Amino acid sequence: MIRGVIIMNDQGKPRLIKFYEFQPVEKQHELVRSIYRILCSRAENVSNFVKVDSLFGPDVRLVYKTFATLYFVFVFDNSENELAMLDLMQVFVETLDKCFSNVCELDVVFNFSKVHTILDEIILGGQVLETSSSEVVKAVEEISKMERNANSILPASWQGR
Amino acid sequence: MAVVPSLMDSLFQRSIDDVIKGLRLCPPGTESIFISKSLDEIRREIKSTDPQTKATALHKLTYLHSLHSAEMSWAAFHSVELSSSAAHSYKRVAFLSASLSFNPSTTQVILLLTHQLRKDLSSANPHDVSLALSTLSAICNPDLARDLTPDVFALLASGKPFVRKKAIAAVLRVFEQYPDAVRVCFKRVVENLESDDMGILSAVVGLFCELTEKEPRSYLPLAPEFYKILVDCRNNWVLIKVIKIFAKLAPLEPRLGKRVVEPICDHMARTGAKSLAFECVRMIVTSLSEYDSAVKLAVAKLREFLLEDDPNLKYLGLQGLTIVSKTNMWAVLENKELVVKALSDVDVNIKVEALRLVMCMVSEDNVMEISRILISQALKSDPEFCNEILGHVLLTCSRNFYEVVFDFDWYVSFLGEMARIPHCRKGNEIENQLVDIGMRVKDARVQLVHIARELVIDPALLGNSFIHGVLGAAAWVSGEYIELSRNPFEIMEALLQPRTSLLTPSVRAVYIQSAFKVLTFCLSLYLKLNNGNGNVVVASSSMHRFTKESFVNLMNLVETNLGPLAGSNEVEVQERASNVLGLIKLIKLIVFGSEGDNVKGEVEASEMVKLIFDAFSEDLGPVSVNAQERVPIPDGLVLKENLGDLDDICGGDTEFSLPSSFSIVKLQKMDAAGTSDCTSKEESETLTESTSLLAEHRKRHGLYYLSSENAGTVSNDYPPAIDPKDKDADEAEDLARLTEESLVIKKKPNQARIRPVVVKLDDGEGFNVSAKKREVEGGDLISGAVQEVLLGNEATATSSSSRKRESSKKSRERNKQQHGHGKERKSQSTGKDKEHDGQGQREKPKRKSRQRGDGGALPAQSS
Repeated sequence: MIRGVIIMNDQGKPRLIKFYEFQPVEKQHELVRSIYRILCSRAENVSNFVKVDSLFGPDVRLVYKTFATLYFVFVFDNSENELAMLDLMQVFVETLDKCFSNVCELDVVFNFSKVHTILDEIILGGQVLETSSSEVVKAVEEISKMERNANSILPASWQGR
Repeated sequence: MAVVPSLMDSLFQRSIDDVIKGLRLCPPGTESIFISKSLDEIRREIKSTDPQTKATALHKLTYLHSLHSAEMSWAAFHSVELSSSAAHSYKRVAFLSASLSFNPSTTQVILLLTHQLRKDLSSANPHDVSLALSTLSAICNPDLARDLTPDVFALLASGKPFVRKKAIAAVLRVFEQYPDAVRVCFKRVVENLESDDMGILSAVVGLFCELTEKEPRSYLPLAPEFYKILVDCRNNWVLIKVIKIFAKLAPLEPRLGKRVVEPICDHMARTGAKSLAFECVRMIVTSLSEYDSAVKLAVAKLREFLLEDDPNLKYLGLQGLTIVSKTNMWAVLENKELVVKALSDVDVNIKVEALRLVMCMVSEDNVMEISRILISQALKSDPEFCNEILGHVLLTCSRNFYEVVFDFDWYVSFLGEMARIPHCRKGNEIENQLVDIGMRVKDARVQLVHIARELVIDPALLGNSFIHGVLGAAAWVSGEYIELSRNPFEIMEALLQPRTSLLTPSVRAVYIQSAFKVLTFCLSLYLKLNNGNGNVVVASSSMHRFTKESFVNLMNLVETNLGPLAGSNEVEVQERASNVLGLIKLIKLIVFGSEGDNVKGEVEASEMVKLIFDAFSEDLGPVSVNAQERVPIPDGLVLKENLGDLDDICGGDTEFSLPSSFSIVKLQKMDAAGTSDCTSKEESETLTESTSLLAEHRKRHGLYYLSSENAGTVSNDYPPAIDPKDKDADEAEDLARLTEESLVIKKKPNQARIRPVVVKLDDGEGFNVSAKKREVEGGDLISGAVQEVLLGNEATATSSSSRKRESSKKSRERNKQQHGHGKERKSQSTGKDKEHDGQGQREKPKRKSRQRGDGGALPAQSS
């Protein structure tokens, strides 16, 4: 399963933290700091995988990629394929790109819950749900439309069961 | 007086954007002030009855909690309250806050969410449903799982694929928290294996992939379904998961391997997706390693990966090779050049992986060459990788009693070389190996002494604190095998040189003790000289001439250098220095003779010196970790399981630390042999109650403490394994008596030079602690339930009883491993699950050392 998804900037400031197994929030931030230290020491043009046994337990790895000023980090264990995780990360970023048109760090900063919404359409409970960014965008747009109409009368078909 | 919010404050609630902007504009260092101010506002706003205000407040709070560690457990009830809102956006805010802040085990209001979740799970709006599922999987606890199982069950057959796939993903969490849910939901889950929708299929196989990680055997009956997917499906995500599942199932059922090897090779050859290709490779080399043609294809694929420029692929290629190396070494050898090239790659991952592979390739023939390559690489590398290399080399060479080392002379020099590498942090291991080889490999001692001499002589090394341990070992070697040394005087000078004051006290103590041995040796030579009426005695082939004058100079040197240390603050140093000085006093009697009535004194002194010398000439050998247990317990002695009482007696002072640098005997609790060879001195210092009781203990169990020096029987840093005996006894007999086991002599056939004998103890010396993998408790219960569903009710009886045996076995293991064995053996013979057998096999090596059924001596290994 996927253990966690983290977006942080190149100064180590977290922009999104989601763990799929409960961790108290102090522990979460500690883990983020440790991961940041590891990523800092990585050179350019090296592989995108790092073993993080010491932080998360045996056989847990993370894959990371830099997009603009942000590190995207997916933490996962043996039931996920490394290259597939890289692909999934690509899907996530592409979706963000489509939802925010040429996404940059500020978009992530000021759209805290929307980014969570997008992520929740891709991964649920640590399991991969959707690997097509267009599908995710579709779902997210539906939700946005719904929220915009929230204050208007709900369609009758949705009331009750 | 509480601050009354102004009209402005209550009219204009700050939005989350305002908070974020405010934080960004904060001068650095004032963030916490800003945050606590915001939190105060939030506390006020959140109590509002207006859902908009409440939602905004909760939203801000969630943000501050998630990204700035603000405490929000106090707001849990508000999340629950807001979740009942009809508006999706407010509901979303509420559920997000719950997912990010509720603690499944401690948040008490979680159960209050049950009703709302149930409503949303059965909502017609698919986004409400998915919100509920997402939240459920984040905060699920056993109660929630139990209450909502029926609702999730309903969704597993939902007409909307969008909802169904999320339900499948969420149900895994429900299973983990409430295994009985399996009985209800499993059938529907399995039905989804036949779905045409890739999203659903992907979710289902993902779920099974997780389940098979923990307990694969229970899912064997589903193999035909998985096979169909393997052969028919074209979706890479699905295929990857299915292949992972087969990687776990194939080892359990040989016929399965036969059937899947072809489809998998097919996929591997045809796919354009590197991820799928790699998964196929990984599966083949892990679980289908006996199918040579498949392995060949897989290795060819790995080679392709290795030749790519993409570092990710290179890295994965090396990982694949590492897996192959366990079963098919030829694959690694075939790709040798690529592996060695990878050693100097920029990427640390790749380097380390390559290093591991290189170590796999080490054999007797190439160990010297490979070591040479690695050391030159180490010298070029950064400290971390350098030590990584050294660590691996040391480990591999010493494995299984230096199995790969044929030329010990080379290896010993190599150890010296490694110790001098600037970044070396492996001093401890090198130190241990130097001593270990000294004891085990007689033929290597000459070279060992030579290397030790080089280390001990060099004054520059004394300034490097990282190498002190190694110097200690070198000093020990020099002292212990002084008869093999070419120039004892030189050694003595080296051991006493002024810069030794830079050494840590424990190492210095070793130096002094070695000086003691050297002195004794020279003295014995001197005595022989005397008896031979002035003839120069040559003890070894290139020994210097011994004259009386040179010996007297030696004594003076020792006296001058150790004199001041007799007043040292360090106990070890002081004691040993005093001993040496005492010996010198004795020697003076002999050397300078005395007038008249001290002739008797002279004779006594000679006798004593002879005894000391005899003691030191005894060959020390390795002692088994289990030697302690083989000492029979005398009748009438009751051994306690643990010595908690000792704490009371000794006033908490039960930690006796012995200079542990060279001790191989792992001192256990005080199983007394009953006999004490060394007389012990009573503690004459401060007489507190604990120390006097301590003294009592020492009297009874003197063997296991270092006694202070008395004329005679003490060796240096560990308790003597046996009584010091006459050194004229046959060497082989000596060793046999020392080890109490038969020797294992290794001879290489058809070799011009015979490999030196490496003394081993037959019972394997008990160094290997078998690592036990504890199964996840939940996994065990899930698999029990799954078996029930798949195999019908007959499985229930055995699975529940095996569960009981499992848990009782676990609790027994958690205590001490004593009486349980008889019962455990019984359960293993009837257990259906291989897991019991697996555990049983792991148990077996331990039983050897526990020959006494009870009596309670703890085995050397830990559980």
